[in-house]
Parts: sequence; structure tokens; C-alpha cells
Amino acid sequence: MVQFSNWDILRNLIFAAEWTIVLSLIAFVGGGLVGGCLLVARLWRGGWVNHVFNGYVQLFQGTPLLMQLFLSYFGLRLLGVEVSVWVSASLALTLYTSAFLAEIWRGCVAAIPKGQWEASTSLALSFGEQLRHVILPQALRIAIPPTVGFLVQVIKGTALASVIGFVELTRAGNMIANVTYKPFTVFAFVGLMYFVICYPISLYARYLERKTHVARR
Amino acid sequence: MSLAAETAPVAPIVEIAGLRKSYGTNEVLKGIDLKVAPGEVVAIIGKSGSGKSTLLRCINGLEEFQDGSLTVDGKPLLTDSPGAMRELRQRVGMIFQSFNLFPHLTVGRNVMLAPTLVKKRGKAEAEAQAKALLERVGLADKFDAMPDQLSGGQQQRVAIARALAMEPAVLLCDEITSALDPELVGEVLRVVERLATEGMTLLMVTHEMAFARKVSSRVVFMHLGRVHEIGPPSEIFGNPQTPELKQFLSSIHE
Amino acid sequence: MNAQLDFLAVLSDWPMLLVGVGWTLALTAMAMAIGLVVAVACGWVRNEGPAWLAAPVAAYVEVIRNTPFIVQLFFVFFGLPSLGIRLSPTFASVLAMTLNLGAYGAEIVRAGLLSTPKGQIEAAQSLALTRFQVFTRVVLPPALKRVWPALVSQIVIVMLGSAVCGQIATEELSYAANVIAAESFRTFEAYIVATVIYLLLAISLRRALNWAGPRFIFGR
Ligand SMILES: Nc1ncnc2c1ncn2[C@@H]1O[C@H](COP(=O)(O)OP(=O)(O)O)[C@@H](O)[C@H]1O
Ligand SMILES: [Mg+2]
Repeated sequence: MVQFSNWDILRNLIFAAEWTIVLSLIAFVGGGLVGGCLLVARLWRGGWVNHVFNGYVQLFQGTPLLMQLFLSYFGLRLLGVEVSVWVSASLALTLYTSAFLAEIWRGCVAAIPKGQWEASTSLALSFGEQLRHVILPQALRIAIPPTVGFLVQVIKGTALASVIGFVELTRAGNMIANVTYKPFTVFAFVGLMYFVICYPISLYARYLERKTHVARR
Repeated sequence: MSLAAETAPVAPIVEIAGLRKSYGTNEVLKGIDLKVAPGEVVAIIGKSGSGKSTLLRCINGLEEFQDGSLTVDGKPLLTDSPGAMRELRQRVGMIFQSFNLFPHLTVGRNVMLAPTLVKKRGKAEAEAQAKALLERVGLADKFDAMPDQLSGGQQQRVAIARALAMEPAVLLCDEITSALDPELVGEVLRVVERLATEGMTLLMVTHEMAFARKVSSRVVFMHLGRVHEIGPPSEIFGNPQTPELKQFLSSIHE
Repeated sequence: MNAQLDFLAVLSDWPMLLVGVGWTLALTAMAMAIGLVVAVACGWVRNEGPAWLAAPVAAYVEVIRNTPFIVQLFFVFFGLPSLGIRLSPTFASVLAMTLNLGAYGAEIVRAGLLSTPKGQIEAAQSLALTRFQVFTRVVLPPALKRVWPALVSQIVIVMLGSAVCGQIATEELSYAANVIAAESFRTFEAYIVATVIYLLLAISLRRALNWAGPRFIFGR
């Protein structure tokens, strides 16, 4: 048996953390795009789109992310597409992220007074112009802190991709723990690495939140 | 003057016939008929909840109505056609009780936004126009200020300039001084009065009875979703016909 | 490729699913019972507790909030035995869920405590109540009431998160789905059924807690 020093463990975990970060970014960017489109569709059409939107959010917020990953993994295979675990994990995490971001952003847009819509409507602005020049610039300001805060949830969420075999930080931790017989050290390190990635983002989100609060007063 | 307006050969700029509007089962407008000639100043008075705001909001399509017809400049209101609505809204400006300036844009940009986007005006031209309009409402020096640096009266005057920038044929004013401290009401009313004397067509909901009496060519008294009484201000204020109007006026004069 | 879905094969194993649901709810109930106490205690410490306690509590809260639940679970279940602390899967699950809920709940409770009007505390003090009485009788109940919806959301999140506990062979709902999937070869259907059950559980749990909170947990 090979002897693993703590440094060996840490080095291997750092390599694996790269994939945690890549997967997080895919989910965050993809989820942002899908969530943004959902929200725009809802703002544009209302009516039945509202129900679809609410159902979508409810579905992804009301079921375990782990189940979403399983369904993505086995569902894609059932469809006959033999895809890599990259695709399954990215798909599930993107949809999961999109539901949460769409809901967060919906709240931010709802916080913009109705009068802003009415004033821009009465000035003959089209829906797209209203969104681009009046609503989004204002909504964006309040949306940034919770959005950054949600990035932490996404990063932690990627840990579940380990269960369907995606090798990232947690999966690497499992594998290393199995060969080193040092589960305590390994999982402490794994936790530490997540903390090192997430904590600064949490602090930054909190800082942004305080800043927007002060600015709005 | 009002009689002249009724019989004048000029086409009405706003023509409302049999307008009905409900929220759910609550009928708020129960058949409104009203013609407004170009250059007329119509004051709309009445108790809170009588449907004054709803009527104004129907005229520029912020609310859809269920029955009746509404034309502006001879063109019917087609709420299901966004293109037609944009055309119409370029002819109808609206000023709100709560100003509704865009807080993230400077005063100048507030005024320039719609002309540059909708009328595709060049930046220099839009800027010159915005400066002229701000000058007209007495705020030439506030071009680069942010809305939250202004008093309520100043904000409302910017809102007027912003609406005028689209060169509307009709201006709708919904209680535009109600959110203001008493000492700021005058500066806004003076701007409106000047617009009236310059020939702008105005439909204004107001609680400033002295102002309505002085500036308007006709007064509409709304009650329970209907035009209950209509006539020149001297008649409406000096010789009210219905008990409802009498009661309303006496409740104001308290 | 077999595109025909067969849910009956999965649903016929309903006793197994039922046991899974039972365990999921039991884990959640235990985590909730202890986790809320932890949350209140930590929320209090962070607000007005002694500094020597506030620092470690803050560290606990931040560590939990900035690491994934699955890692916390693995640490408890696989890591702690190295220290001679050997826990059953069920116990490890409850412990991890409790720690998790305690940390998130602490922040929620703290926000609720912070929004207590000063006058209420002063009024209570002027009635010669002890510090403990002021907290438990005057400050805490209305604070909990204010933040109850947020706490309910967090409890639902912990319930959904407990799906991970199947990974250490805790026999909750997702574990039942794993077993049924393996036995029936109806993997996709098994997880669909489990997911639908989770959704129903989430909706009913939220309803039930929103209903029960004002009646049993903080009075009126
Ligand atoms: N968005 C709305 N939804 C439901 N009812 C409304 C809405 N807006 C106004 N109403 C109702 O319509 C009636 C007329 O309102 P409004 O036109 O604002 O009256 P006014 O401006 O004369 O005070 C009121 O009874 C009010 O409750
Ligand atoms: Mg009104």
C-alpha cells in the first residue's frame, strides 16, 4: 500500500476542486441563462406562463437535488443517449440553479414599484425597452447580493454530483479516503476546501447586501 | 366655451362612448360618454373610488375595458395590438400622483429616454429638447441631478417635462399634486396652468377645486362609475343640479 | 432500448416506500426537535451571549453554512470512527441533519431576535423579570413567530437534503428507491416515484408546520 502524506491528500483534493469549480460555473451560467429566459417569458406573457413558471420553481425547489441528478442520469440513458456524467450533472444542476435564480430574480423585479412599469408604458416604450432601460437596471442592483449568495448553494450542490460518479472534490475525497484509510483527515480537508471556496463568497455577498441596504436608505 | 366645444366642427381628440370597465364582478365604469375637443381643459372631480383614475388609465391603455369604444385622434384603442398601443401612447401623455421618475437615471436622461428610444431622435437633438423642456418647467439647472435629490414638486415638474418630450396631443393628469406638501402644490399647478393657456389638451383629475374652476373649460363630476354631471365650471361649482354634486362640493368646502 | 415506462413494478413495492417515507419523516422530526433548540441557543449566544461562546458558535454556523451537507454527513459517519466515535447510519444522519438545521436556524432566529422592539424588553425588565424570563417569555415567542415561515422553509430543505442519507445506508425514502431500482430494474421509474413522493412530502410538511407552528410551538 502506498503511503499518503497529508500533503499528498491535499494536493489530490486541490486537483479535484478544479472540477467542482468548473461544474459550479457551468451550472451558474447555464442556470442564469435559463432562469433569465423563464423570468422574461413570465414578465412578457403572464397568464398561463405564470403557472408554468411557478410549477417549475416549485418542482425544483420541492424535490431533492439528489433525485434530480438521478433522474437526469438515468433519464438520459433511458432516452438512449449514452452521455458522459458531465452532461447529466450539468443538466441537472443547470435546471436546479435556473429555478432558484428565476425565483430570486422574480422577487427583485417584483420589488420595483408598479409605477415604473406604468410610467414607461405611458411613454410608449416597448416591453423590451422597458425591461432593458427601466426595470432591469433597477432590479439588477438589488439582485446582485442574493445572486452571489446563491452561488454558494450551487457550489455545495455540485457535491451531490459525486453520487452519480462525477469526480469532483467530494468524490475524490471518497476515493482517497478508501485508499488511505484516513477518512477523518480526508473529509476534514474536503470540508476545509469547500469552506475556503465558499466562505469568501458568502462574505462578499453579505458585504454587497449591506452596501445596497445603505444605498437604498 | 363648452357649448362651442360640443358643436364645433373640429373632430374630438378623445371620444369615449358607452365605456364599461369591471374588476372581476365589480363594475367600476358603468357606461361613460365623453368627447374632448382639441385645446379643451377638462377637470374630473368626484369622491374617492368613483372611477376617475380608472377612466384616465383606460384612455392610454393602462387598463383594458370590457365594453364601449374609445378613440384618440380618431383611432380606436386596440389593447391587443402592442404596435397600435405604442402609436397611441405617443399621442397621450400621462402624469401620475407618485411622479414615477426613473430613479437610476438623471433628470435629463429621464426626459430623453422615450424620445431617443421611441422617436429615434439623435442624442444631441434629444438633449437640446430636454434642456428646453426643463427650462420651461423651471428646472434648467437640474439636468444632471438624480431624481432623489429633488423635492416632490421638482420631481413632478420633471415628470411633466418627460411627458411633454413625446409631444403628446393630450395630457392626462391623475391627482398630480396629491402627494405633495402644501407649499409645493403651487409650483406644479402654475406649470399646468401655463400648458393650458398654451393650448394643450388636458384631462385632469384634481381635488384643487379653485384651480379646476380657474383653468378648466369643462368639469366632469363622476359618481359611482358614471358621469353624473358635466358642464362649464361656473355651472358645476355655482349651480350644481344633483344632490350628489351638492353634497360633494359642500364636503370639500368644509 | 426500452422506452416503455412501468410504474406498477415500482408501486407494487409500496410497503418498502412507506417505510422509507416513515424514516424520512422520523429523521426530519428528530432533527427538527433538537435542531430548533440548537438554533435558538446559538441565535441567543450570537446576539447577547458571552464573547467566549459567541466566537465558537459563529465558527460552527459559518463552517456548516459553507460546506455541503453530504460532506458533513460523510465526516460524521466515516470520519468520526477514527476518533472512536462509531455511529449507526440513522444516528449519524440525525446528527448531521441536526447540526445543519441548527446552524441555518441560528441565523434565522438571530434575525428574529434582532427585530424585537427595544420597548418590549424594557417594559419586561421594569416588571422585574429575570433575564432568562425576559428572553423566554417576552422576546422569544414573538421572534419565533416572525421567522417561523423562514424556519419552516429551512426544515423542508433539511428534509429534502436527507435524501443523501441513503448514501450511508440509512433506510429513508431515497434508499428505498435505490433498493427498488436494483430489484425491479426500473431505475428511472423508481426515482420518479420517489421524487413525486418527496414533492408531496415537501408540500404537506410546509402546510403542516405553518399550521402547527402558531398552535403548538410558540403559542397563539
Ligand atoms: N387594480 C384594481 N383591482 C381591483 N379594483 C380596483 C383596482 N383599481 C381600482 N379598483 C376599484 O375601482 C374603483 C374605482 O377606483 P379609482 O378609479 O381608483 O377611483 P378614484 O380614482 O376615483 O378614486 C374603486 O372601487 C377601486 O377599489
Ligand atoms: Mg384615483
